[in-house]
Amino acid sequence: MNAPHELPLHAEGVATQENYVGQSVPRAGAKKLLEGRGTYLDDLRLPRLVHVVFFRSPHAHANIKQLDLSQARKQPGVVAVFDGHEVAKFCTPWVGVLGHLKGIRSAPQFAIAPERACWQGEAVAAIVAQTRRQAEDALDHVMVDWDLLPVVTDMEASLAGDVVIHADLGDNKCFSRELITENFEAEFAKADVVVEKVYEFSRHTGVTNEPRGILADYNPAENLLTVYQGTQTPNMMQDIFSRHLGIPESNVRVICKDVGGSFGIKVHVYPDEMATAAISVMLKRPVKFSADRIESFLTDIHAREHKVKIKLACTHQGDIIAFDLNDLTGIGPYSVYPRTSGIEGNQVVNLTGGPYKHKHYKAKLDVVFTNKNVTCQYRAVGHPIAMAVTEGIVDEAARKIGMDPAEFRRRNLIADDAYPYTFPSGVKFEKLSHHQCLDQLMTLMDYKGLRQEQANLRAKGIYRGIGLAAMIEVTNPSPAFYGVGGARISAQDGATIRLDPAGMVNVLVSVTEQGQGTEAVFTQIAATAVGVKVENVRVITGDTAITPYGGGTWASRGAGIGGEAVLQAGKVLRKHILDVAAAILKVESATLDLVNGVVVDKLSGQEQMPLSEVGRVAYFRPDTLPMNFQSELTVTRHYTPREYGFTFTNGIQASYVEVDTETGFVKLLKHWCVEDCGTIINPMLVDEQIRGGIVQGIGGAMFEECMYSEDGQLLNGSMADYLVPMAGEMPDMVIGHVQTPTKTSELGAKGAGEAGTAGAPGAVMNAINDALAPLNANVSVQPFTPQRVLAALGKI
Amino acid sequence: MSENCMHAQFTVNGETVDAQVPVRMHLVDYLRDELGLTGSHLGCEHGVCGACQVMVDGQVVRGCLTLAIQANGKQVQTIEGLTENRELQQLQAAFLEHNAFQCGFCSSGMLLTALEITKHHKQATREEIRELISGNYCRCTGYQAIVNAIESVLVKSSSESGAKV
Amino acid sequence: MKSPDFSYLKVQTMADVFSALQEHGDSAQLLAGGQSLLAMLNLRMANPKILIDISGLESLKGIHKTGDVVRIGALTTHHEVLSSSIVQTHVPLLAQAVPYVAHLAIRNKGTIGGSLALGDPAAEYPAVALALNATLVIQSASGERRVKAIDFFLSLYRTAVQAHEVLIAVEFPVATSNQRFVFSELARRKGDYAMVGMALAISLDGPTIRDASLAFMAMDDKPILAPHAMKAMVGQPINQQTIAEAQKGLDADLHPAGDLLANAATKKHLSRVLLSRALMQAGATHV
Repeated sequence: MNAPHELPLHAEGVATQENYVGQSVPRAGAKKLLEGRGTYLDDLRLPRLVHVVFFRSPHAHANIKQLDLSQARKQPGVVAVFDGHEVAKFCTPWVGVLGHLKGIRSAPQFAIAPERACWQGEAVAAIVAQTRRQAEDALDHVMVDWDLLPVVTDMEASLAGDVVIHADLGDNKCFSRELITENFEAEFAKADVVVEKVYEFSRHTGVTNEPRGILADYNPAENLLTVYQGTQTPNMMQDIFSRHLGIPESNVRVICKDVGGSFGIKVHVYPDEMATAAISVMLKRPVKFSADRIESFLTDIHAREHKVKIKLACTHQGDIIAFDLNDLTGIGPYSVYPRTSGIEGNQVVNLTGGPYKHKHYKAKLDVVFTNKNVTCQYRAVGHPIAMAVTEGIVDEAARKIGMDPAEFRRRNLIADDAYPYTFPSGVKFEKLSHHQCLDQLMTLMDYKGLRQEQANLRAKGIYRGIGLAAMIEVTNPSPAFYGVGGARISAQDGATIRLDPAGMVNVLVSVTEQGQGTEAVFTQIAATAVGVKVENVRVITGDTAITPYGGGTWASRGAGIGGEAVLQAGKVLRKHILDVAAAILKVESATLDLVNGVVVDKLSGQEQMPLSEVGRVAYFRPDTLPMNFQSELTVTRHYTPREYGFTFTNGIQASYVEVDTETGFVKLLKHWCVEDCGTIINPMLVDEQIRGGIVQGIGGAMFEECMYSEDGQLLNGSMADYLVPMAGEMPDMVIGHVQTPTKTSELGAKGAGEAGTAGAPGAVMNAINDALAPLNANVSVQPFTPQRVLAALGKI
Repeated sequence: MSENCMHAQFTVNGETVDAQVPVRMHLVDYLRDELGLTGSHLGCEHGVCGACQVMVDGQVVRGCLTLAIQANGKQVQTIEGLTENRELQQLQAAFLEHNAFQCGFCSSGMLLTALEITKHHKQATREEIRELISGNYCRCTGYQAIVNAIESVLVKSSSESGAKV
Repeated sequence: MKSPDFSYLKVQTMADVFSALQEHGDSAQLLAGGQSLLAMLNLRMANPKILIDISGLESLKGIHKTGDVVRIGALTTHHEVLSSSIVQTHVPLLAQAVPYVAHLAIRNKGTIGGSLALGDPAAEYPAVALALNATLVIQSASGERRVKAIDFFLSLYRTAVQAHEVLIAVEFPVATSNQRFVFSELARRKGDYAMVGMALAISLDGPTIRDASLAFMAMDDKPILAPHAMKAMVGQPINQQTIAEAQKGLDADLHPAGDLLANAATKKHLSRVLLSRALMQAGATHV
């Protein structure tokens, strides 16, 4: 358990403030979502609202020879039609590059492509109508003449460069990176054993239940643009709308209502959303764009298309000496703005081998453009790849030297007392707990028992497998993630906390909510820090006109960074409240305490006055207070993680599967995860984040794949053909915790939102391969479909 | 507007609707756009995700695969109405207790499926619950908490009614 | 997406249906449960001028056993088929298949007639109808005609039902005590369209298979029988040799094109596995 906060001394038997940190408080503030009373983007209506749909290129690569919107303009209900040239007058283009990814390149991208479509689905015209259905009807009347261009979809072909997408760039390389530790070749040569493998990961996508949407409302009388958007990062979007639409920053207001899932999908800049905002400015009225599911598949960022060759060198005894990594990843025709599409591959380089204590590392990364949909950061960014290739090759090494995979990991995981630690890729770990987690996992899953069960069943021709995956996870990022590269993406956050006259506490926070329970976590921290009951705290997030300036939610930073700001602000508010109470009571504030919403005498516990009385006097009767006393019952504090580039968490997962070797179908029997995210504010919410993350990782490992034809047509872009995990195939998941608080904040909380996704694919792959090992079969291409398992078994 | 409209009369959450309905409009769009009942959601319009589920004449259906005009003469109930008449009370409490929801977008549809389970599959095992909710897509929870919540209601009901599980 | 515009007519009698079909021909679509049609409209993959809603025609509902035939009205929903004790008892192959059909909410509205008239090769009912050589009852303004399942499924989404006709019922033979039925399907997720699926009906004379009917789903552009495999089973006991012979027969019977989920080799392999398991299961239930 985390160390308790310092509470003032008090007499025995006296009531103390409820410490909500560490309690599984249900999310009372989210109850409305169970009653159909949430407000999601498409639920919003405004006077004179019109709807925009986009005419999208059916071709993966083509010049627009002629675009005729005249017939579409005449269709019933149509208010306006626009092409890329017209919108470009109101919205400037962008290039998705950042300074700290040395050498990264991309081409300018427009809100609506004015001359050339570079992927199937890219918008080349906008139709605005009174209703969505009328706008869709009008799409049939758009007339386009295309000049087809050569298409490149295969990563290796793209790297070879026969078809270059952006002639100005000369080739298709967006970003490359090489890294080699000192004396690598000599050290690698010392190995007794080298194992080598190629792993492939198919691109897949987020499939948020609520599709993307934006409602832009431009008021020309004030030159004020109000944007309702399910974005994770309203201040970043405020800055981008301001700069690209030419509206002063403080005249742009971004508001986030309820968001139906994001997972990184809604943290990026989308051309159709920028176009919608521009069109609102052009038409001087509210415009809504609500992505249809088909266009979500075509245009929501995809992710994770990699081909990785990895080598592991170790001694006979099983000590890892080195990793050698070669990663090729195919993105879309543009690097996505503003976070770039180089980050995912960059993370693979940073994190491969992460849990282990080897000193030698060589890595090469190539990120190449293709004529498929754009890709960018999606939950756990790069980690699922890095952990899968690491844990996969570790299992290969263990198999080769005949060592139990848990023991192999035990031997090589960084020791729990070795911190702080600098990893060969340069990342720094504050303090991790790999061994504690492994110990707990072994007990939790009864590893020995499962191995026995596996052996018994194998004798009967039933093939079960156990797969482990140790992992590390980036959380609480400092400006090292984006800011240093020149991005106007804030890595600090703030909380403004206020006592309202009737005694409730109001908290405005710059971190946002997409369902993970951010707001609930803040009510718990605020209540504890101020000294009130959790039901008397109200949290508001997601409005750039009201909430402090901050980074929003991404890279698992909400609880750790936002939470610390809330804690600090809450502590100060408590002090200020007691100052007012002391002035009212004419005592020293040090003799008072605030306990569960009541001002008490610290020593005796005797109740002095309810908070509502403090509020009444401070706001309505300050004339009764000393002449030079000013109540300050609104406090703002910000927090920036500084010491470490990222605060890493760690964990270890296990998967137990049964492979039907006749059909290739894999049944997921059970899953475990023991993880360390530092101070846990709400255990139930953390567990559920991990469970949701694991299933999302399983999706990529077993089911999800964006299938493209050679000429760049998305073949399975519908809910019937793109397979997301549904309840019938998912296992129960047992979650355990170790808590190593970070010392970079008083709260000590690290992030928990992505770890489940980071480790699940590796664990599942290892389990399948463990099941197949006696049959000399092995799978290495995700998703692990029955067809791929059958091929590995030589049955087809 | 030049599209086809027809007269329909039906009840929604007990209130009568008597109106000219665009024939091509599906029931969820009608409920959301014309009646402002935005508690039922659109996740796909292919009939796969289940976020659009509503009750028609006491049966759970995909709202996006039902034309509004087909509701003529029928009784429609949405999440709002089923909350108001407390039919979902136990399930909603269980979902809150188990955190069987995160973003909430699937919850309206999921609760309606859960209601059907508590009415017609009172003995469902965990495995059977998973099968019965397999037509409702949730991206956030990974499903386990939802199974736990539904199971807890089934167990509670059966112990209250004295029946052996 | 939003559906394109169309007209709508809810009919009260069969005569109304026929006159509407007469008037509109190919530009009309019949609306029963709508679980396939409305999805296609939402995807803008269909563009009928008029939908003729037949869901109110009471004469097309109901499940009745008469002699050795179970007649199921075309408008019977999957849910009604699933809950029918007549089907459970007398058409066990169909009873085995229904739980695989889609999901709870879809089963409440989707109809057996709609599924058969669409004839999706990866759907459950067409294969069951084929395996049992069910009789499809088709009606038009000029009367009723009866088509055996073997003559009903013509090609992709094309059945024997003509533009001016309506499928009104399907008749299944009542199971006899010497029959064994196995329906099995492999799908990536519960409720998905089949990757491979089969419906097997055999009748036994003691330990010997007297006749066999074997239909496959998702192996062609329509449900198909496997005549070579069937021939290999007839006159044989259920044992490993018979299974092997039947599997060999499948090689000649099945020529699947691949699809997004499984290529031809995978489908052929899985069909062999399913057949083997089905025969073992059928043999195991032999008293």
